[in-house]
Amino acid sequence: MPDPILRLEGVFTDIAQYHILQGVDLEVPAGQVTMLLGRNGVGKTTTLRTIMGLWRARAGAITFDGRDITALPTPAIARAGIGFVPEDMGIFHDLSVEENMMLAAVSGPIAGDRLEAIFSAFPPLKTFWNSEAGNLSGGQKQMLSIARVMAEERRLYLIDEPTKGLAPAIIATMARALKDLRAQGASILLVEQNFSVAKMLGDRCAVMDDGRIVWTGAMDELARDEALQERLMGLSMEAA
Amino acid sequence: MSIAPEHAPTMETAGLWHRLEPYVPILLIPALVIVGFLAIPTSSSWLTLTVSGLAMGMMIFIMASGLTLVFGLMDVINFGHGAFVSVGAFVGITILLSLGGMTDAPSLVLNLSALLLAVFGAMLATAAMGWAFEKVIIQPVYGAHLKQILITMGGLIIVEQLILVAWGPDEIFLTRPETFKGAITFAGAAIEKYRLVAVGVGLVVFLAMRWVLRSTRIGLIVRAGVENGEMVEALGYRLRLVFVAVFIAGSALAGLGGVMWGLYQEVITAHMGASIMVLVFIVVIIGGLGSVEGCFIGALLVGLLQNYIAFLAPKFALISNIGLMVVILMWRPQGMVPVVKAK
Repeated sequence: MPDPILRLEGVFTDIAQYHILQGVDLEVPAGQVTMLLGRNGVGKTTTLRTIMGLWRARAGAITFDGRDITALPTPAIARAGIGFVPEDMGIFHDLSVEENMMLAAVSGPIAGDRLEAIFSAFPPLKTFWNSEAGNLSGGQKQMLSIARVMAEERRLYLIDEPTKGLAPAIIATMARALKDLRAQGASILLVEQNFSVAKMLGDRCAVMDDGRIVWTGAMDELARDEALQERLMGLSMEAA
Repeated sequence: MSIAPEHAPTMETAGLWHRLEPYVPILLIPALVIVGFLAIPTSSSWLTLTVSGLAMGMMIFIMASGLTLVFGLMDVINFGHGAFVSVGAFVGITILLSLGGMTDAPSLVLNLSALLLAVFGAMLATAAMGWAFEKVIIQPVYGAHLKQILITMGGLIIVEQLILVAWGPDEIFLTRPETFKGAITFAGAAIEKYRLVAVGVGLVVFLAMRWVLRSTRIGLIVRAGVENGEMVEALGYRLRLVFVAVFIAGSALAGLGGVMWGLYQEVITAHMGASIMVLVFIVVIIGGLGSVEGCFIGALLVGLLQNYIAFLAPKFALISNIGLMVVILMWRPQGMVPVVKAK
C-alpha cells in the first residue's frame, strides 16, 4: 500500500451532546481512491467535516502529508491542498456557474486546458456557464460541485455522496469524472452509498459503524464477499 | 468522445408573470412614485416630495448598506450600528464647523473641499471605531444572538455617553456650506440643492458597492459568504478577515451617512444614530438580510412613502413605514430580494 497522505488517529468529535466519532483510525493512501462506507448515521459525513476543520475534533490527531492539521482553521486546511465536496454540494445559488468556478480557483484564473477538461466531462456547465447556479437541475448542480473542486489541482479530494439522488445517466457521468481524476493520480476519500459506484471506483475501503472504523481492506475483497458486506453494512447498501 | 450523457438542454419559456417577478421589487419604486403623482394635488408638491423622499432614502441606504452585509455575512445582529452614525456626524460636523472660512465662502470648490474633508475625517474615525468595536464587542459573541443584541446595545449606550462627555449635552445646530444652501426651482417646484447632492452621493455609493460586489474578487467572496460562509472557508478563504473588512467599511459608510443626515437635519444630537436605526432596521429587513440591492430598494420605498404620507395624511406618517414592513413581509417573508442561505 502506498504511503498515506492522510492519517486519522483516535479522532473523537462531538456535536452538541452527541458523541459522533468515537476514536476513528483511518489512513488514506496517496494516489488511490479510498471508499468510506457504512450505514446512515455512523459518522461518515462527520469524518469528512472533521478533517476539513468544519467540526472540531475533541481528541485525536489528523495528519496530512506529515503535517498535523487537527487544530488548523478550515481555510488553512483547504489551502494545504484538500478539496471538499459536501453532501449538500455547497453550491452558491445566487452566483453564476462561472462565478462558482472562479471562486473555487483560489490561486488564480483556471488554466485553459483544465477548463476544457471540465467542460468535456460536464458539457452542461459550458451551456449554462452564465446562468445562476440556483437554476440548474440537481444533476447539473452536482456536476458543478465536482467541477469546482477540479478547478485547481488538489492533493486530496474529500467527496461526500456525489451520486446521491441522481438519475443513472448522471451517476455514470459522475463516476467517469471521478475515474478520470483517479487516473490522474489523485488521492480521494469518497463517501458513497451506491455500492456499484463504490466497487467501480474504490481501491481501498474503510467501513464505519457507531463512530469507528470497523473494517479496512481492498475494495475487491469486500466486493467479492457478500457475507462480509451483509455483516458490515446490513441492508442499507444498494444492490450491486 | 464526451463521457457525459447525450442530451440537449432545453429551457421552457416562462410566463410573463414569472419573467417579471424578479423585477417586481424595483418596479415598486416607480409604482409608488406614480401613485404619489395621482394622489398629490399639485405636481410641484409631488416633485418636491419625491426628491425629498429619494434624498432621505439614499441617506438611509448609505447608513443601512453596511449593516445588511454584516447581518448576511456572519449573522451578527449589531444594534450598535447607530453609534457609528452619531460619531460620524459629530466628527464630520466638528471638522466642518472648524472650517468656517471655507464653508461660508460662496465658492463651490472651497465648500466641496470642506465637505470632503469632513466626510473623510468622519469615515476615518468611524472606520477605526468599527475595527475596535468588532474586536472588543462583536468578536466575543459570535453565534450568540441574544448576547449580540445586549452587548451591542450596551456599546451604543456607552458611545452615546462618550459623545455627551466629549461634545456636551446640547444639540449642535449647523448651517450647510454656502453653495448647498437654498433651493433651485424646477417645473414650479422648489427643490433643495442639498437633497440633490444627497441623491447623487447615494447613487454613487450604491453603484460603487454594486461594482465591488459584482465585478471584483472580494465582492464575489462577500456574496458567496452571505449565502454559505462555511463553503467559502472550505474553499480556502479566510472569511473572518473579509467580515472584519466589511464591518469596517460598513462603519465608515454609517459615518458618511451620519454627516449627511446631520447636514440634512441641520442639527446633531448624541441620540441621532439610535433614532434613525428604526428606519435602518426596517430597510434591512424588508430588503432581505444581506442584500444590498434589496436594501437600496427598501430605503427608497421608505423615504418616498414617509414623505408622501407626511403630506397626505400626517397622522399616519409615523406608522407608514411599519405598515410598509408588515405588507412586504406578508408578501415576501424573507424580504424583497431574499438571499438564499445555506442551512
